[in-house]
Amino acid sequence: MARVVFDNVSKHFGTVKAVDGVSFEIDEGAFICLLGPSGCGKTTTLRLMAGLEQATSGRIVIGERDVTQAKPKERDVGMVFQDYALFPHMTIAENIAYPLKVRGVGSHDRNARTEEVARSLGIEQLLARRPGQISGGQQQRTSVARAVVHKPQVFLFDEPLSNLDAKLRVEARSFLKHLQMELGVTAVYVTHDQAEAMALADRIAVMESGRVVQMGPPLEVYRRPATTFVASFLGNPPMNLLPVTLRLDGSDGRLHGPGFELDAGAWREGLGAGSRDGAELTLGVRPEHLQLAPDAASATLSGQIYTLEPLGPETLITCMVDGRLVTARLFSDEPPALDGTAHFRVDPEHLDLFDQDGNRVPR
Amino acid sequence: MRLLRLVVSRAAFYAVAAVFACLFALPLVWLVFAPFDARANLSLRLPHPFTLANFGKVFSNAFAVRALFANSIIQGVGAMLLVTLLATLMAYALSRAPIRGTDLLSYGLVLFSSIVTGTAAMVPLFLLVFSLGLIDTQLGVILVFTGGLLPAAVFIMRDFVDSIPRSYEESALVAGASPWRMFRDIALPIVRPGMMVVAVWTFVNVWGGFFVPFILLRSPSNMPASVAIYSFYTEGGTPIITLTTAYSLLYTIPVLALYLFVNWRYGFRFFGGIKS
Repeated sequence: MARVVFDNVSKHFGTVKAVDGVSFEIDEGAFICLLGPSGCGKTTTLRLMAGLEQATSGRIVIGERDVTQAKPKERDVGMVFQDYALFPHMTIAENIAYPLKVRGVGSHDRNARTEEVARSLGIEQLLARRPGQISGGQQQRTSVARAVVHKPQVFLFDEPLSNLDAKLRVEARSFLKHLQMELGVTAVYVTHDQAEAMALADRIAVMESGRVVQMGPPLEVYRRPATTFVASFLGNPPMNLLPVTLRLDGSDGRLHGPGFELDAGAWREGLGAGSRDGAELTLGVRPEHLQLAPDAASATLSGQIYTLEPLGPETLITCMVDGRLVTARLFSDEPPALDGTAHFRVDPEHLDLFDQDGNRVPR
Repeated sequence: MRLLRLVVSRAAFYAVAAVFACLFALPLVWLVFAPFDARANLSLRLPHPFTLANFGKVFSNAFAVRALFANSIIQGVGAMLLVTLLATLMAYALSRAPIRGTDLLSYGLVLFSSIVTGTAAMVPLFLLVFSLGLIDTQLGVILVFTGGLLPAAVFIMRDFVDSIPRSYEESALVAGASPWRMFRDIALPIVRPGMMVVAVWTFVNVWGGFFVPFILLRSPSNMPASVAIYSFYTEGGTPIITLTTAYSLLYTIPVLALYLFVNWRYGFRFFGGIKS
């Protein structure tokens, strides 16, 4: 168990800044997800932690030790690779025991520990087989077993669920979360799947172009996205983002959007004195915060129905609002009977406003 | 009608295949029968009268026995070990080093190698070996063969090394292995089938090589079997068929044995990675 500190760490490959001045601190025993689209630098960040890449600049601390220049074997981490990277010429038992073997643990202790770990992961009956002879889910568990067998200070996961099929993925996800809670080891988990990140993490770090855009507890990041990028990345379906124009004709100004108008009072302080008439802003609203309204008069916005998608416990309604698709999520297993047009009401509490650069405007 | 056509076409195919099979099999069958025939000639027939006297005469030729069971083995095994070891290390370096143009280098090496052991290079090679003072030494022969076979061997090995996912090695490093240990524990066992292919291929090449030892060696006591077989020719230059075939049969045994041993011990199989 150890904390991990990244202090202004950069990693450049030629002219490409894969990781660009990343700083964060991970508490002992925390479960952190690095979330972002492919190429955002999340895997490079993880590899910097493991020592598989050397930082161009900055400082990395694991526990109390500065490991910026340390080799992988000096870092005492366990890593689960995306393709599991099980050694094909070794049995499952030999695979799991490998970290102990290179540490010079005697064969008696090694076997005992291997069996103990295999039993706790439910793969003790596979020990004599080879990686090619077991299923994807079992390979994944073997890979986890190999990462935990030497009781590392930090666990690193590089998209470990992306090779599993959908059903197994959810199962493996809860298994990983339970395991991490049980072991209480600091874990860093890389994923591009926002649902995985939300489900697993104590804190999520959303990355974009080599930088951490926002870091915080999952719900915090979900409820108060710092930028339009975060807003559109988290949530499925993602947050609706609508262009609005600020008009300073009232005392607080008003926001003019496609087919609607709102009072901008809630953001008066955030917009500050610098706000000018005609500023192009972005308004965000989560699909679940759009509620059906009986008629146009009581609605915030209305649109032509584009698709209705009944998903069982919920129904997605996608509307065309002034040339833009807006999605609403209704928590009802009965699709509403609508005749071409849908009217929606929004609690102003649940609206987010972003400035021209896509940054959140505080309320 | 269609059935008839199928039957006829099948029959025709087998007939043609049988003719080709015979063309290839007959000389081999002849090679197995002739050494046991007291009056063997170039025709294929069952040994009559059956005799082992031909082998007796071959074994009484000390020069030929030494060539086959000492010199050829030394040169073949020497070049085999050297080529396999160097090719593995070079292929690994070429595959993993962050240097541009290693592909071009590999292809260049293969093209280059087709010239080096060829007849065209024999004069400069002779001069080189001469100035190294290695004329009439086994080492000279081993080094020339190694130089000639190494590029193609590197090329073959590179394919094997390239197919090891990096994540195998990285996971060994994260597990706590040093780079050397990672190479030994992970990379080497995975490319072993490739090493075996290269080893057998090298051995066979050196074993059958005539020109290089013929030019570079002087004293009869250093000659390999490929050259020594000429001691079973008459003074006039015609082969004594009973003896050349007996010697040839013995000459094939080590190659067969090596192949069978490697196949039994390691198998020419390849551990592919886990699909990713």
